[in-house]
Amino acid sequence: MDFDFSETQLMMRDMVRDFARREVAPLAREMDAQGEIPEALVAKLRESGFFALAFPEEFGGLAVDTISYALVVEELSRASAGVAIMVTVHNSVGSYPLAMFGSPEIKRRFLPRMAAGEIAAFCVTEAGAGSDAAALTSTARRDGDVWILEGSKLYVTNGARAAFFVVLARTPGTSGHRDIHAFVVERGSPGLTVAKKEDKMGLRASDTVALDLADVRVPADQLIGREGDGFRIAMAALDAGRIGVAFQALGIGYACLDEAVRYAKVREQFGRPLADQPVIQNMLADMATDLDAGRMLGFRAAWLKDRGRPCSKEAAMAKLFATEAAGRAADTALQIHGGYGYVKEYAVERYYRDVRITRIYEGTSEIQRLVIARRLLAES
Amino acid sequence: MDFALTEPQETIRKLAADFAAREVSPIAAAIDREERFPAEVVKRLGELGFMGMNVAAEFGGAALDTVSYIVALEEISKACASTGVIMSVNNSLVCWPLETFGNDEQKNRVLAPLARGEKLGAFCLSEPNAGTDAANQQTRAVRDGDHWVLNGLKNFITNGANADVLIVFAMADPEKKHKGINAYIVDTDTLGFAVIAKEKKMGLRASDTAQLAFDNVRVPAANLLGQPGEGFKIAMSTLDGGRIGIAAQALGIAQAAYDSAVAYAKQREQFGRPIASFQAIQWKIADMRTRLDAARLLTLRAAWLKDIKVRHSEESAMAKLFASETAGFVVNEAVQILGGNGYSKEYPVERHFRDAKICEIYEGTSEAQRMVIAAGQLR
Repeated sequence: MDFDFSETQLMMRDMVRDFARREVAPLAREMDAQGEIPEALVAKLRESGFFALAFPEEFGGLAVDTISYALVVEELSRASAGVAIMVTVHNSVGSYPLAMFGSPEIKRRFLPRMAAGEIAAFCVTEAGAGSDAAALTSTARRDGDVWILEGSKLYVTNGARAAFFVVLARTPGTSGHRDIHAFVVERGSPGLTVAKKEDKMGLRASDTVALDLADVRVPADQLIGREGDGFRIAMAALDAGRIGVAFQALGIGYACLDEAVRYAKVREQFGRPLADQPVIQNMLADMATDLDAGRMLGFRAAWLKDRGRPCSKEAAMAKLFATEAAGRAADTALQIHGGYGYVKEYAVERYYRDVRITRIYEGTSEIQRLVIARRLLAES
Repeated sequence: MDFALTEPQETIRKLAADFAAREVSPIAAAIDREERFPAEVVKRLGELGFMGMNVAAEFGGAALDTVSYIVALEEISKACASTGVIMSVNNSLVCWPLETFGNDEQKNRVLAPLARGEKLGAFCLSEPNAGTDAANQQTRAVRDGDHWVLNGLKNFITNGANADVLIVFAMADPEKKHKGINAYIVDTDTLGFAVIAKEKKMGLRASDTAQLAFDNVRVPAANLLGQPGEGFKIAMSTLDGGRIGIAAQALGIAQAAYDSAVAYAKQREQFGRPIASFQAIQWKIADMRTRLDAARLLTLRAAWLKDIKVRHSEESAMAKLFASETAGFVVNEAVQILGGNGYSKEYPVERHFRDAKICEIYEGTSEAQRMVIAAGQLR
């Protein structure tokens, strides 16, 4: 047992913490209000290597270990959950399918460009296919050297600025998870259009779009893996994404704790600071304990992943617990702030909105519980 | 980071698990029913080195790290929580303060037989009016020549009726409030000491919990533990470590209930299929195990901090708070999964359900743990 971070991990965390405080945090409120991450910040993130984090070194990536990655996501998310999700989607579900299942040719063509900061997005969700991803109806029909994609995709994070889209679609006339294929599609491909940008409760800095696929012709060599591998690829990508979402949630959760502690110390009622009230102390204690528990589950999953060991169950536990703990922390932080927590001058108002999605995307809490239970029942 | 047990730690875990399966589990239901102190098991634990696991070899201990102690304690508690608390009190609350605050003469004379398991210890802090407010000690200590004379009552003392050696806290200088408290080593064969009542308890029935009376008990000056006025500090730092032990005990209870519930869910059929195939049951299983794993990680983190000698008050409090409340949650869900069978003494979860509750109370209530944690956050 050793709960210490390595020197490199600590260095990475400190660098990102510093960057996030200097470059991200001061813009967070405005980005939320405007519903946009300024191009200048994206450029700084690019220069600093945030889009190369999880990529292999041979393709220009930094190949950081998963614990470092988790620390990076947590620190970024502490400053802005919207910025954090742009970075994590790119580094996990947006690129992981290529890195793990792509042909050497696909890797050579796309990964260096992604690592250099051309942003990636992941398109599995559809109007009728959420948790039940295998219900997707977008089609892919082989026609000589190309595949022709038809359909529409929903809730595509990074969709407005992505250069690359990993798209899941099925052979026409099929159902179930066997006949689903995964493709990498470039922005600007004729027929691929952003149908609408979602107006969201939280994570407003990050863009979430609906995509239309109308007769989009994708060269056959942009199929990821083999025909019919799509569902497996999507599930593996989501597995990998869960640790990132767990730490995104934890970043928001710890930001809530920071704000709650700060506020409780300065706010006076009944002639003394809120922090002197046992009921407020209880709230702070539960927030801290819950978040630390989520963090331990997250680091365990990251540690297993770094050792190449199976970690689906542990990643699901981390995502489930961390996102729910962060949700409770946001609720409690708002409660401690009282009316002030409900107004936009205080950051907890944003945290409260931002944290809600973490229990939903990349696998709802309900799906995590099924993943966990099925694995537990199979192994006992 | 490294989330794996080392090989020696894993060896200890296995030793404890094998011993528990062979010698503790088979009698757990009976000693609970009969409220029988498992003297024979305690003797065997001593022979295995489990009664003084962290004590240095020169003082009769097994010289193992806290993580090893924690995993062993979880395994023993999984079989029988009463046996777990007997072991935990001797290790955490008696051996530890003796080794940490005792002088060499005390360590040779008093600690060694406790660490070897030849004698049993108890920790006497609680009083009828000093529970969470432990500084409110009414037991008095008055110096008389080269003795101290103790008078007072102690409450809820685990091992109290079976102990050979007590660590007793008493107020020597009420003016100084908590800085006037001393800690003493008291032999239970000293004149004036009496066990006046044994509590009838909901759970942990095989472990005795006694009310003790001290009526002009004369303690040699050589049995003062630490410096005069250090008693409260000794008590609080001892409980910091003790909390990790209770967290481990809670984990053992919860793991046992979880294992029973999963096994039951897989074989119990309703509506023509195993109840484990129903989402409602799967959800319970997922939540039980997720919280259990989180609790175990918090507990191991606290143990690790203790091993590397870093202050760990908040982390121990988090471990104790989270593990004990998780145990409460898990045993409740386990009873629910077993339905009527969970309410029957035919199945061990009925005992786990009763045993778990005390973990949220003793060695610092959940409420006290939250105070410790909040103080850390507000510092």
